[in-house]
Amino acid sequence: MSEFTVKDKAAIVGVGETKYYKRGQAPVSEFRLALEAILRACDDAGIRPTDIDGIASYSNDRNDSVRVATALGLPELRFSNMFWGGGGGGGSGAIGNAAAAIAAGYANCVVVYRALAQGQFGRFGQTPALKTISGNPAYTWPYGMSTPAQWIALRTRRFMHEHNVTQDAIAAIALACYHHAQFNPRAVMYGRPLTRKMYDESRWIVEPFHLYDCCMENDGAAAVILATRDRARDMKQRPAWVMAAAQGSDFRQGAGAENNPDYATSNFKTLAPRLYAMAGIEPKDVDVAQVYENFTGAVMTSLVEHGFCAPDGVMEFCTFENLTWPNGKLPINTSGGNLAECYMHGLELIIEAARQIRGTSTCQVKDAEISMVVSGPMVAPVSDLILHR
Amino acid sequence: MSETETSRKTYLPAGMPVPAPAHDGVDREFYEAARRHELAVQRCGKCGTFQFPAEWICHKCHATEPGWHRVSGRGRIYSWERVWHPAHPALKNACPYLVVVVELPDAGNIRMVGNLLGDPMQEVKIDSEVEAVFEDHEHATLVQWRLVES
Repeated sequence: MSEFTVKDKAAIVGVGETKYYKRGQAPVSEFRLALEAILRACDDAGIRPTDIDGIASYSNDRNDSVRVATALGLPELRFSNMFWGGGGGGGSGAIGNAAAAIAAGYANCVVVYRALAQGQFGRFGQTPALKTISGNPAYTWPYGMSTPAQWIALRTRRFMHEHNVTQDAIAAIALACYHHAQFNPRAVMYGRPLTRKMYDESRWIVEPFHLYDCCMENDGAAAVILATRDRARDMKQRPAWVMAAAQGSDFRQGAGAENNPDYATSNFKTLAPRLYAMAGIEPKDVDVAQVYENFTGAVMTSLVEHGFCAPDGVMEFCTFENLTWPNGKLPINTSGGNLAECYMHGLELIIEAARQIRGTSTCQVKDAEISMVVSGPMVAPVSDLILHR
Repeated sequence: MSETETSRKTYLPAGMPVPAPAHDGVDREFYEAARRHELAVQRCGKCGTFQFPAEWICHKCHATEPGWHRVSGRGRIYSWERVWHPAHPALKNACPYLVVVVELPDAGNIRMVGNLLGDPMQEVKIDSEVEAVFEDHEHATLVQWRLVES
């Protein structure tokens, strides 16, 4: 391993969230939500907002970094960065970029934020009513294959075919997320438990995905503050150290019309080994994981590609018992995640991963030392992250 | 299905986005061939690699303008889905419908996405043999797929 690593060079020292709303219910503008989340993260960290000297985000966040720096009155913006690609693939990548900026000396205190008010802008689950379409979407949209649910369903179906997986495995993932949300008062689905019967009887969105296999659409904002090693050591919160971060994409995963040669993949086959190598750990060392649920099928393949089970071992591993707190082998999405806490494009998953290190999760894994995040499976590029105490 | 739906000449109703060549012209040949009811994909003149969708260079040997090659339109179902939730306003009364990913063995196993013609509630089997069907619309021709009787 090269000495040029972000390992232990930076830590998450502050987290902030607005109230999480159902889609279209945010009472204030998306930009104001972003600012509120950032101010709360500063308060949580015990820093002045003007201490921030770096900004990173992902998924083409509409809330421009320079407008944020201007609104906050930052005296010196030293780093501003956008992770390429849409969807949630850049969540951990933005944290990794912030840590890299700190490790390289570009900045000392970087905020990563994501704000969404889908009611004020377009919805992710709907296709714009365009008259013509060109480029890669022209090979799928005219056939009614245009949304993430629809392409991830195709890849999930192929994986299920190749490895004899039944609906039970993906249902278990949905049930685990909803189970954890029942302990989390911040969760949009708090107080709304899910049973297998409700899952089975819910409408199909696109086979093999029922309604409950799909992420929610929400309004809100989240922010995370990272600081240098020296600063992080004596701040208000226990630091969640960046142990490893990886980002990227496997061979031709961006090919259009479903031409990514390795098809039924979450796109972590080259990333995950790099992540573990930087961290210097193995899958068995991970205490808790937050695995981005755009759709349950992509969680399943992510668990495989991060070495928690073999492709042919999915039916044995992906059970409600294994995936749930407090007794599961690998509790996942312990806040409820994108399915049941809030779809904040996975930044809420990173906050939950930091909470597990702090010891403040509503589903706190006992003595959690190593906390993983997997961001945006089945898109390109993707990213992942390991935090530790 | 209602009578109006079964009498529809196209698999999906009117109002879906119409496919058009990219502004830079990289894939114009595909659309012109489909208009002639031919299936054409890129094949590198230098190394023989098939490539779809089109790009200005071959991803294998990086030769420029890989060239076009007519393929048979015979393929097999690689994956499939039945869509129940309309994500586009034109599909409001068109669900469920079937989408297939088809692999083309005589074109280096490149894949295409289309609809599987026939009953949307039919049982679909991966690896079933299919063939391309050219579905003419006013401004473009879609490539659809139907099962080949074995």
